[in-house]
Amino acid sequence: MSINATLIGQMITFTLLVWFTMQYVWPPLIEALDERKKKIAEGLAAAEKGQEDIKLAEKKAMKYLKEAKTESANIIALAQKRANEVVEESKETAKLEGERMIESAKAQIEQEMQQAKETLRKEVSLLAIKAAEQILQEEVDKAKHKDIISKVSAQLG
Amino acid sequence: MASEGGTTGYIVHHLTPLTVGEGFWTLHLDTLFFSAALGALFIWFFKSVAESVTTGVPGPAQNFAEMMIEFVDQQVKDTFHGQSKLIAPLGLTIFCWVFLWNMMDLLPVDLLSLISSLMGIEYLRVVPSTDLNATFALSISVFILILFYSIKIKGVLGFAKEMTCTPFGPWMMPFNLLLKTVEEIAKPISLALRLFGNLYAGELIFILIALLPAFVQPLLSFPWAIFHILIIVLQAFIFMVLTIVYLSMAHEDH
Repeated sequence: MSINATLIGQMITFTLLVWFTMQYVWPPLIEALDERKKKIAEGLAAAEKGQEDIKLAEKKAMKYLKEAKTESANIIALAQKRANEVVEESKETAKLEGERMIESAKAQIEQEMQQAKETLRKEVSLLAIKAAEQILQEEVDKAKHKDIISKVSAQLG
Repeated sequence: MASEGGTTGYIVHHLTPLTVGEGFWTLHLDTLFFSAALGALFIWFFKSVAESVTTGVPGPAQNFAEMMIEFVDQQVKDTFHGQSKLIAPLGLTIFCWVFLWNMMDLLPVDLLSLISSLMGIEYLRVVPSTDLNATFALSISVFILILFYSIKIKGVLGFAKEMTCTPFGPWMMPFNLLLKTVEEIAKPISLALRLFGNLYAGELIFILIALLPAFVQPLLSFPWAIFHILIIVLQAFIFMVLTIVYLSMAHEDH
């Protein structure tokens, strides 16, 4: 149990061990640890950023959805308006068409009436002449009374 | 078990180191051999990890090494507020080396000495921390570092001033000097003797247990070994932490 030269030997060994640890063991390991810490920190930051991005994207999507809804509502309103317009327009056209048809029917009736009148007149004048001829039989010289006959005929016409 | 010379002879035999040389120039071959071998084991393990170190997912060996490194680094950061490339590796070396020394204590007391006696070596003391030379070698190295950093950081004058003018001011100079000298000298002595005392006592108790009848031994040596697991780590830890504390005190200007 005495202090002796072993002490010196042990001190030398210890010095060598410390030197070696300082030189070759500690720096690479602590560097790797720091590196990994940095990596983890970066990863966490990236994850956080991703989360933020998702929130932002969700907000954006919500905005777009809202816009699309408004847009579609507008379109529907417009379409309804247009449909009403079309209905109104066709109503108008139908009315006009109807009026036009009535008008033309009236004109046709008028024309037919005129024609009938004409025919009637001609027949009446013929009848009148025939009746006069029968009454006047022989007495009427067609050549002599040509003037009168045509006058009457014109009056009847 | 007990060899010739009875109980006392057995105990003495187990506590006698393998020596060469005379007087001061005696060398404890067993202490030198085992501490160097354990130091080599420590260096080999950490060096092999350091060579294959990756920043990705670490393997089990790297995981363990990283655990040790972070543990020591945390201790240093907690105590020492400065820049030093030395203190943390020093702490790691002390912790691991002392722990490995102490761990030899858990080997059966007769095992290695039996093997060595078969090889013709008469005396063998396997636990380096039961050798005062080993513990003092550590603590004196630390003490030299304390003195070195005290003078380096505070300058010769600053150090002299601290030694003479604290804690009671310049008028009490001789008394201050005496007090501070005792304080400084107490550091390496307490470091070395604490480790030595704990491990020597532990080893002695293992030897005493080994003297008991064979069927009683496990009942005692098993709990004592479990208790000792705590002690060997604790002593290594205390040595490391006190080294860090002393060195950070040396770095601080008062």
